Amino acid sequence: MRFYILLSLNALTVASLYFLVASGFSLIFGLLRTVNMAHGAFYLLGAYVGYDIASYTGSWLLGLAGAAVAVAAVGLVMHLTLLRTLSGDELRQALVTIGFAIVVGDLLLARYGGITYQFAPPEILYGTTPMPVIRGYPTIRLVVIASALLVGLGLWLLIHRTRLGMLIRAGVDDRDILSAMGFNVQRVLVLVFALGAGLAGLAGVIGGSALSVSPGEDARFLLSSLVVVIIGGMGSLAGAALGALLIGFAEQFGLAFIPNYATLLTFLLMVAVLAVRPQGLLGRG
Amino acid sequence: MKTTLHTILGAAALLSGTALSPAFAQDIRLGALATLEGPFAQSGLDGMRGVELAVDAFEGKVAGKRIVLVKESSNAKPDVAVAKTRKLIEQDKVDIVVGPLSGGEGIAVKEYAKSVPSKTFVNGTSGAQDTTLRDPAPNFYRFTLDGAQWQAGLGSYAYESKGYRNIAVVSEDYSFPYSQVMGFQAEFCSRGGKISQKNWVPVGTKDFTSVIAKLPDGVDAVYVLLGGADAVNFLTQYYQSGGTAPLIGSSVTVDQTVLSSKGAFKNKVLGMISAGPVADSNDDPKWAAFVKAYKAKYPDGLESPSLFAHGYYVSTLAVLQALEQVGGRLDDGQKAFQAALAKTELTDRSPTGLIRLDENRQAVADNFVTEVAQRPDGAFYSKVVTVAKGVDQALGMDRAKFLALGPASRDNPSCN
Repeated sequence: MRFYILLSLNALTVASLYFLVASGFSLIFGLLRTVNMAHGAFYLLGAYVGYDIASYTGSWLLGLAGAAVAVAAVGLVMHLTLLRTLSGDELRQALVTIGFAIVVGDLLLARYGGITYQFAPPEILYGTTPMPVIRGYPTIRLVVIASALLVGLGLWLLIHRTRLGMLIRAGVDDRDILSAMGFNVQRVLVLVFALGAGLAGLAGVIGGSALSVSPGEDARFLLSSLVVVIIGGMGSLAGAALGALLIGFAEQFGLAFIPNYATLLTFLLMVAVLAVRPQGLLGRG
Repeated sequence: MKTTLHTILGAAALLSGTALSPAFAQDIRLGALATLEGPFAQSGLDGMRGVELAVDAFEGKVAGKRIVLVKESSNAKPDVAVAKTRKLIEQDKVDIVVGPLSGGEGIAVKEYAKSVPSKTFVNGTSGAQDTTLRDPAPNFYRFTLDGAQWQAGLGSYAYESKGYRNIAVVSEDYSFPYSQVMGFQAEFCSRGGKISQKNWVPVGTKDFTSVIAKLPDGVDAVYVLLGGADAVNFLTQYYQSGGTAPLIGSSVTVDQTVLSSKGAFKNKVLGMISAGPVADSNDDPKWAAFVKAYKAKYPDGLESPSLFAHGYYVSTLAVLQALEQVGGRLDDGQKAFQAALAKTELTDRSPTGLIRLDENRQAVADNFVTEVAQRPDGAFYSKVVTVAKGVDQALGMDRAKFLALGPASRDNPSCN
């Protein structure tokens, strides 16, 4: 019993982390129709920048906020300088984002090297929280779950309860009509891109605290984001949540029971969804 | 900034090595292959440092001939290692290749070596047993110990000095860890120790909490074979999950690439035992001289050279020493050189004691059992507790009997 509860909590933690990264990825895709292959690089950039800020100021929370803001700014600049000029040409946009990701990844490797970094979150987050049945669970992992819930709730409110959200939803459905009705679609695009990038940066710090930061994490989280949105449905927030949950559970239960094939399980899940419902479980056809 | 400068200089050196000075007859072209990309990038970088230090030790010349170093990078995948080795031989026209770094790569390069008998291949640090134990290539030499040899001394230390009787294993799932676990078992299980559970996890696993939850209660210790970021993650999660059983490390679990990492996990690894071909606190003056040369040349390198820097260093030294012996002559299909290399013994130059080869061109050398300790300035290092002298590939067993155990795998040999 204790074992299964632990496994489920672990799966929830991993799912939360995947959701944090994939929600921004999905949001950007929904509006821009561009697969942002630099999303993993945003994650890694956020993690390293957050680490520098946190160790300079001694405050983990500042690192968290700083990473989100810095990466959002990078996303903003990238969109204005690289993507906007290619507006309407999704394939070339995707290629540009791949190039950007490679450049950022190599620059980070040159600056930080190959060693592994780990955040030093406040003492209160680093210990163990006592819990019934399973005795205790690492506090930082509960923080991961809580922040995913907060971000999920925040995004839902943004999309369903604000004017910007209304524009986003309208833009996802039909960008041209929205533009024809006199709304500044470009401004919405830039905001969404910066928001998505900022979320990836935030996730970098949270992921780097619960797990660790090292080169290669960018590719790992880009891949997981892709799988999550393929399963959940491109451009759907609820889809990202569902996809992340499925992957999290598949990965952790796989690792516990059939460790040699745990990775395979994730992709089997993806193949099954693609075969039955190619637009994703909650995607619109 | 410094790194960027180094990269540019390195690239310039590479270009000048390949394009601008095409094959002067008096040059010796030495290829070096290590993983400068992928999961072992940090290790590969340190390996390259070892090659450079060895060439420096000979002041870039052997028997009046200039050593032209051509570097190439793989990413720990066997097919890439072979493609890059082939490129070194065919396009860069190197005479000798030092590398590769990782287990699966070594077996693949050994197979390729058989197809070019007039070139010489010297292993970097790859540690799969079967690179030299079974079906060896006549022109492939390994001056480093294999994965099983790297665990010599650890099993008996864990059993006798630490009193561990029943342990669990958490390990990456490929040929090098199989060899390491076999080497550990050779001593631990023959003394009566038991391994009650083995967990093989894919390389690159970042979240181990579910594996940790599965570890049986009441084991005396947990043997951990994970490298780099995976090790850092496991160690953190193990202590966060309330793990209390002491840990035993493989040769890569608590090396300098892990001990130099930043994070709170380090306070918990004090006293963790492990074994490998190098120990940071070795008081051999030749080791001290090696560390000094390393730190002087690479102020931004690791706290202390890793086993990768050491492995590439001694392998390159062996090549240069044999070249010196034959006066730099590589004609006649390198026959004279290869014969000299097979007989090469590293004595005065080796920072870790005598290294010689057996009949399969596999190293016989010393191995160090260590404990993680902390210096007054806070840096973590591995402290020697015992040294296994002259470890051979059969781990002291009768060679035929050892071969009869079969290749190391997930379940072979068993110990429960």
